[in-house]
Amino acid sequence: MKVIEVESAGLLTTVQDLGRPGYGAMAVSASGAADAVSLRIGNRLVGNREGAAALEMTLLGGTFRFPHGGVVALTGSDFEAQVDGEAIEAWTARQMRPGEVLRMGPTRSGARCYLCVQGGIAVKPFLGSASTHLLTGLGGYAGRALRKGDLLRIGESAEPFRKRKTSRAALEKLAPRKTLRVTPGPQKEWFSAAAQKQFLQSAYRVSEEANRMGLRLEGAALPDLPRAEMITEGIPLGAVQITAAGLPIILFVEQQTTGGYAKIANVITADLHSVGQLRPRDEIRFAAVDFEEARRILAEQEGLIKDCVVDG
Amino acid sequence: MPESLGEAVQFVWASDASLLVSFGERISAETNERVRRLLRLLEAEPIAGLRNVHPAYCSLLIVFDALRMRHAELQERVTEYLERAETAEVPEPREIEIPVCYGGEFGPDLEEVAALHELTARQVIEAHCSRSYRVYFLGFVPGFAYLGELPRELVTPRLGAPRKKVAPGSVAIAGHQTGVYPFATPGGWRLLGRTPVRMFQAEREGLSLVSIGDRVRFRPISQERFAELERG
Repeated sequence: MKVIEVESAGLLTTVQDLGRPGYGAMAVSASGAADAVSLRIGNRLVGNREGAAALEMTLLGGTFRFPHGGVVALTGSDFEAQVDGEAIEAWTARQMRPGEVLRMGPTRSGARCYLCVQGGIAVKPFLGSASTHLLTGLGGYAGRALRKGDLLRIGESAEPFRKRKTSRAALEKLAPRKTLRVTPGPQKEWFSAAAQKQFLQSAYRVSEEANRMGLRLEGAALPDLPRAEMITEGIPLGAVQITAAGLPIILFVEQQTTGGYAKIANVITADLHSVGQLRPRDEIRFAAVDFEEARRILAEQEGLIKDCVVDG
Repeated sequence: MPESLGEAVQFVWASDASLLVSFGERISAETNERVRRLLRLLEAEPIAGLRNVHPAYCSLLIVFDALRMRHAELQERVTEYLERAETAEVPEPREIEIPVCYGGEFGPDLEEVAALHELTARQVIEAHCSRSYRVYFLGFVPGFAYLGELPRELVTPRLGAPRKKVAPGSVAIAGHQTGVYPFATPGGWRLLGRTPVRMFQAEREGLSLVSIGDRVRFRPISQERFAELERG
């Protein structure tokens, strides 16, 4: 059995896959990788199924030793990965020789980097998923973020090593965006025309309160807030709630399943991976699209993900 | 873009991958029963491409795979389900008793709640245990049940500033609702006591001790009994 030794864990490194949808009635959110596009491509690069479990690193990466070697790919943001003091290329399959150490640094681009390994990270699934749910301490590796000294088992794989890489052109099109496209939220009409206009014209800053549960934004408060009392209802992933202070919160992968703040908009599915790459202090904007456009963008993105991994 | 069906049901496109089925704007056991019946029917006869459901007081959010399905198709399917939901055989709700050790360090807000309503602590406990509550839905965090309605004499606003961490098992009230915190989370509800019973267990069939539509009754226990039950 191949393993990975965690020599240092980084700021917040968790085991993630594509999540556990289907338990909303028990208030278990689907969770899963914050940037599912990067996770899926990384798994394709090493010859895994797209939803295999991998490591999600946040802002500052860890150091990982491969005593028996392994095939890896790094995707998502650039965390200055090195092996033996030499920079290694992201978005490319690489063979680690037995005993080699992969050392990651702080991010040079977005919030999250994925380390995918051929065979996947082997943990006991909880409700059909390897994803770590931090708030409840369920799933993943012991239900928590990795620590120094942890020993991760790598799943079996009979796949021979193939030198795969990601098409540059596709990566450019899939690059995380700072303008998030949104469809109208269920309570959009509760906001005045002036508030709706301001929401789409404002620049917002991602606050320090930005994590897998949600991202609180800073900026000019919206005027004329709705006074009607809202009855708690189910919240979709990527919902943009407006708090009593008039500022948006984007609900994210480890979200509450229900809530009582008015939702002015919802980030389109195709831009959720961009939310997963936002860091505190990033400046973002919202742009309105209709449901048909959201669907077209998603289908186009799906095509890019399916075709972007090539032999090289 | 709301579109109404019959008198009460509205479909709202909540996101590009979800549909909110709304049964009206009034919290009542009857409305919530419609939510429960649709949920149970969807569980019994799953629709391909449907990914998740989030029930609440008067609505059910249905999350779907946007690459496989459109809102309009799902609306059509759900309309068929709604036509059958009132008469379809669905699992019956259960009755569940939850033992609670009230007051002291387990219920740090008990005395204040009593004072606010000019009651004694004992009267608050009696009132809280005087009726069975409906589980309207589970939300907030895994296993957190919204129970209602509280007796009128206990209706109390949330705390001005939420606690940063509430102990798991804490039994609390806010507004017309009562509930039990399953995990250590932040919380703004007023804490009356604590139960040794685990509300959410990964190993348990159904995961959560209670589910939508069940009836819950609280029963006061001593500190000694709490310790015994906690040891299992």
